[in-house]
Amino acid sequence: MSMTADLLDRQPQTDARLGIIDTDIHPYMKTPRDLDPYLSARWRKYLLEYDKFVCGPYAARGTYPRFQPNTCRRDSWPPGGGLPGSDVDFIREQHLEANNIAFGVLEPLLNANIARNHDAAAAFCTAMNEWQKQTFYVPEPRLRASVLVPQDDPDAAVKEIESRAGDPAFAQIQLGSKTSEPLGRRRYWPIFAAAQANGFSIGLHIGGTQNSAPSASGWPQFYIEDHHMLVHSMQNQTASVILEGVFQAFPKLKIVLIEGGFAWGPTLAWRLDTHWKKMRDEVPQLKRPPSEYMRTNVWFATQPVEEPENPEDLRQTFEWIGWDRIVYSSDYPHWDYDDPRQAWRIKLSEAEERMILRDNALQVYNFG
Amino acid sequence: MNDPASAVIDCDIHPSVPSVKTLLPYMSEFWQESFVARGIDGLDLQSYPPGAPISCRPDWRPDKGKPGTSLDAMRAQALDPFRLGVAICNTLYGGQIAVSETMGAAVCSAVNDWIAAEWLDKEPRLRASIVVPAQAPLLAAEEIERKAPDRRFVQVLMPVACEMMLGRSYYWPIYEAAVRHDLPIGLHAGSMYRYAPTSTGWPSHFLHDYVAHQQTFEDQLLSLVSNGIFVKFPTLRVVFIESGVTWLPGFIWRAIKTWRGVRAEVPWVKQSPAEIIRDRIRLTAQPLDAPPDAKSLDRIIDQIGSDEMLLFATDYPHWQFDGDEPLPPGLNPGLIRKMRHDNPLATYPRLKETLQ
Repeated sequence: MSMTADLLDRQPQTDARLGIIDTDIHPYMKTPRDLDPYLSARWRKYLLEYDKFVCGPYAARGTYPRFQPNTCRRDSWPPGGGLPGSDVDFIREQHLEANNIAFGVLEPLLNANIARNHDAAAAFCTAMNEWQKQTFYVPEPRLRASVLVPQDDPDAAVKEIESRAGDPAFAQIQLGSKTSEPLGRRRYWPIFAAAQANGFSIGLHIGGTQNSAPSASGWPQFYIEDHHMLVHSMQNQTASVILEGVFQAFPKLKIVLIEGGFAWGPTLAWRLDTHWKKMRDEVPQLKRPPSEYMRTNVWFATQPVEEPENPEDLRQTFEWIGWDRIVYSSDYPHWDYDDPRQAWRIKLSEAEERMILRDNALQVYNFG
Repeated sequence: MNDPASAVIDCDIHPSVPSVKTLLPYMSEFWQESFVARGIDGLDLQSYPPGAPISCRPDWRPDKGKPGTSLDAMRAQALDPFRLGVAICNTLYGGQIAVSETMGAAVCSAVNDWIAAEWLDKEPRLRASIVVPAQAPLLAAEEIERKAPDRRFVQVLMPVACEMMLGRSYYWPIYEAAVRHDLPIGLHAGSMYRYAPTSTGWPSHFLHDYVAHQQTFEDQLLSLVSNGIFVKFPTLRVVFIESGVTWLPGFIWRAIKTWRGVRAEVPWVKQSPAEIIRDRIRLTAQPLDAPPDAKSLDRIIDQIGSDEMLLFATDYPHWQFDGDEPLPPGLNPGLIRKMRHDNPLATYPRLKETLQ
């Protein structure tokens, strides 16, 4: 029996709960030097002197101050010290065991892939991929790594993808929802080709580079705005990959939108279809209405789950999107974490719950 | 005109400035000489290239020249067939997006005087928005003061994407002037293009650019609410023109959720964003980016949660619908009546002077 089946069906006699797949768990480092074993002397020195050297005003933190230290749940700090998400034993106890997580996909948000120096980005991504594998997957095979790639250097990105292909430690390729250019542009196509050829889905997690303003009208003043506006980067990447014909060129490519909400999905589809009817001559590469590509090639992760004023509208939203398009995510250990037992205020049927908590993700991810 | 008490009010109609030459009679000698000597023309918006499908419905496109430049055509294609009692002219032209503060102001002033003389004076069904140089808020406030005494101007018009987020204190002089004259602020789709149209850069296609405007409306709504604009200006109303509408419920849900989580950052926002938005934001329902079935549209309307927010508009001559019916099928007749008359009247207080 394969390891996948073992983990999904574990403890059937003692634990009847569903083995859940969590598509969004954030790993952190115990110390800033954790990457050193995987870096050459040059990049160890660089990291010490310049850190990741990303876009944005601060040397060592994001632009918009959060509401909790390290953006994390206050109860997620490991008793043995270190940052939340840095201690495998505590992740296991607080999240994997407590919630019966069969697989968790690691989504590092540690700036490796958005270093302004593309050579640095390549070195940091390779190191961070190895760090995820050794620190998390090896001691706890329920935790699966993301292949981080230097997305603005497609040759190096493809090399990294190919070097991880077939390794069960890696479940997907991760990109930030903000890239230097709209994601559908051809400069990124080698990444899509490599993803499709090697059976990796692509997880777009909100965040990424800050090389352009969060809005067409500039920079918001508050985190309350920025946090919400990140959703819009997801809408744009979806529109971009559809309109540039990415799914026409790579019909088996799967893109999962992580932490970008999903209530906007149906309305973006209607809007694209409405205006595509008038302007379809501009995008002859599309052979179907834009909404159809969204329906076949895009998945939505649940957290932070939508909370309609009328709770039943959540069911309507799932229906508009398609039940098979939704995958559960917790965002552990972040402050706005969604508990799989309490995330939605409506009663889902057993079949619906099974799709969202487990089966849909099995159609997308590669747990080898 | 039909019975004024039930007149159909079109909240977004677009006369076009044929060329800078048209505006010269409404400019000072300095600007007349500048535009002529420097050969400056072609100030149409990148957001609405005159030849693009969005800029004119195919059966309304004139044989020659730019769409929207003929009052006779507007009468024959919009005012008469849609039996409009009143239509609000929203002129989109280069003054609103110029990088030069003073040139922008000169063009905006000329547009306002031109629209009064060549459209409002000739057609009693028309009203207009005061176009302002939002890139120069003090000059914009002066322009509002200058034109507000003409009661046919019913709104202040700005593009939705400007040089900064619209909640910033930089813009408050504009809101102060608007409130002083009981004029709503109209934000129309369109960009100054000071920043990339999306947070992930410049899309390849106009279609994407146009669709992405919806997000800029959302961004500005967050900015206006979070910066406490509706607390500071308790009578201010903002009209979102050509935003697409159906994005609103999902936006409201997320705005409530985020506000619950981090409202400590903006302690002056004491009401739920949902209440503020339903009270102070109005949206023209053209386009209405509707789902393919009437039942789903009905659900969306229900989720919007207010029958007072939507305003009827044709968006003439922009291409948003075909045939004779501007609204998608499935809207209930009571809502349609409110959209066509009651809601515009409540949004634009000056309309009551002639319609009640």
